[in-house]
This record gives sequence, C-alpha cells and structure tokens, in this order.
Amino acid sequence: MAEKPEDLNLPNAVITRIIKEALPDGVNVSKEARRAISQAASVFVLYATSCANNFALKAKRKTLNAADVLAAMEEMEFERFLEPLRAALEVYKKGQKGKKEVSEQKRKEKEKKADCEHEKSKEDEEGEDEEEQRMEEETEEGEEEVEN
Amino acid sequence: MSQNRPEKDDPALDAKKTISLPISRVRLIMKSSPDVSSINQDALFLTTKATELFVQHLARSSFNNGCGKESNSLSYSDLAKTAEETETFHFLTDILPKKILARDYLKSLEQMQEEDADL
Repeated sequence: MAEKPEDLNLPNAVITRIIKEALPDGVNVSKEARRAISQAASVFVLYATSCANNFALKAKRKTLNAADVLAAMEEMEFERFLEPLRAALEVYKKGQKGKKEVSEQKRKEKEKKADCEHEKSKEDEEGEDEEEQRMEEETEEGEEEVEN
Repeated sequence: MSQNRPEKDDPALDAKKTISLPISRVRLIMKSSPDVSSINQDALFLTTKATELFVQHLARSSFNNGCGKESNSLSYSDLAKTAEETETFHFLTDILPKKILARDYLKSLEQMQEEDADL
C-alpha cells in the first residue's frame, strides 16, 4: 500500500513529456494545467481499475487480466484506445517472450558450467532444470503480490 | 522502501520502448483500490499504456476546445471546460472544478443567506 500520498501521483517529468509530445510544438502548458492532468491521470487509473475489477468479479476471478482492462475501456467510452492498446500489448508480449528465452538460455549455460565443476550426473541436471522452471513460473505469478 | 526494485530487471525494461510511465507506480495506484486483490502483468501493462493514451487525449482535446489556440497555450480553465463539456471526461469534474472568483462566490453566498433569511 502507498505509504505517502505522493506515492499515488505519477512522475511529473514523464507526464510533462507525454503532454508535450501530444501537442503541437511550442505550446505552453501552465504548471497548474500540468498538475491537473497528472491528477486526472491518477483518477483515470483508479476508475479503470474499478471498472476492470467489476468485470473480474462478474467472472468470479480474483486476478485482473487484459480482457478486463479492455472491457473497462469500452465501458468508459474510450473505445478509441482499444486498437492502440491491443497493438501495444502484442509488442509487449513479444518482448517478454524474447527476454524469457534469453534468460533461459543463460541459465542453462550457467548450469552447465556449474555441473562441469561439480561433475554432477545427468539425472541431477534434468531434475534441477525442471525445478528451476517451476520456480520461475511461481515467481512470475506471485509478482503482483510482492509489493505488499 | 525497496518497492521499485523488483521490477528493475524485468517488465519495466522490456516495456521501455512501448511505455514511458513507470509500471510500478501504476500498480501502486491500482492497489490502493481496496477491492483489488491481484493484477496480472498484461493488465498492468495495458492500464499503464491506457493512462498514457488518456493523458494525450485529455491534453489534445483540451487544447483543441480551449481558448489558448491563438496564444499557443494550455491552461487549467481549458481542462476544466473539457471535463465539464465532454461526456467521456465527466468523471473528472470533481478534481477539475471550474474556478470562480472570490467575489462571485461571496455574492452567491450572500444570496443564499438572504434566501435563508426569507424563509
């Protein structure tokens, strides 16, 4: 949970950059306007979360998923976001997959090295491999709980 | 304390090209909602991305409907106007109230008191 109220604000520098990029060059955005947009963005997150959560509850799920967020956007009448969101998610997923493969390869290489040093048997290696994979899956699933 | 740490080496870095807001902060805001128990990575990513689209959309709409087009500026009153006039931004009226002058407020206060006195 948030310890300080500022924790619920989004970083001003990033918000300012996004605003700048959205507007024509040279538009002057007042400090007050920037702060207001930043607050609006926080409220948007809460609103979207609560909408998405309703969809999850209806489906008797405890974990919010991508479909819930997309459904929330529709309910909030931000259909215009749907296409860019789907496209971004696609890119994101590809990136995740690529990264996973790389780290898996790295880990296997490490294991091999370790095995050479300790002269472990082949059976051990396979067993360990499976165990580590399972552990990885668990940590990924549990990630959202980490912060509390 | 170390709340930003766990992400440092995973999704945040991957997503760098597609999103610029910090996922960890968005998660914190989402988690501040009491009825949310857990959020999967994709939902978190989508909400972060949606927030960016929202900021762009709000800034653009307010600038286009606002009165700062000639002077090339975006002010608070343009935002308040958008929140009031655009259906999809209605949920912002509470945090983007229209500003009124103190003397107008005092006037309406006086009026209300007079009405009360009349009763």
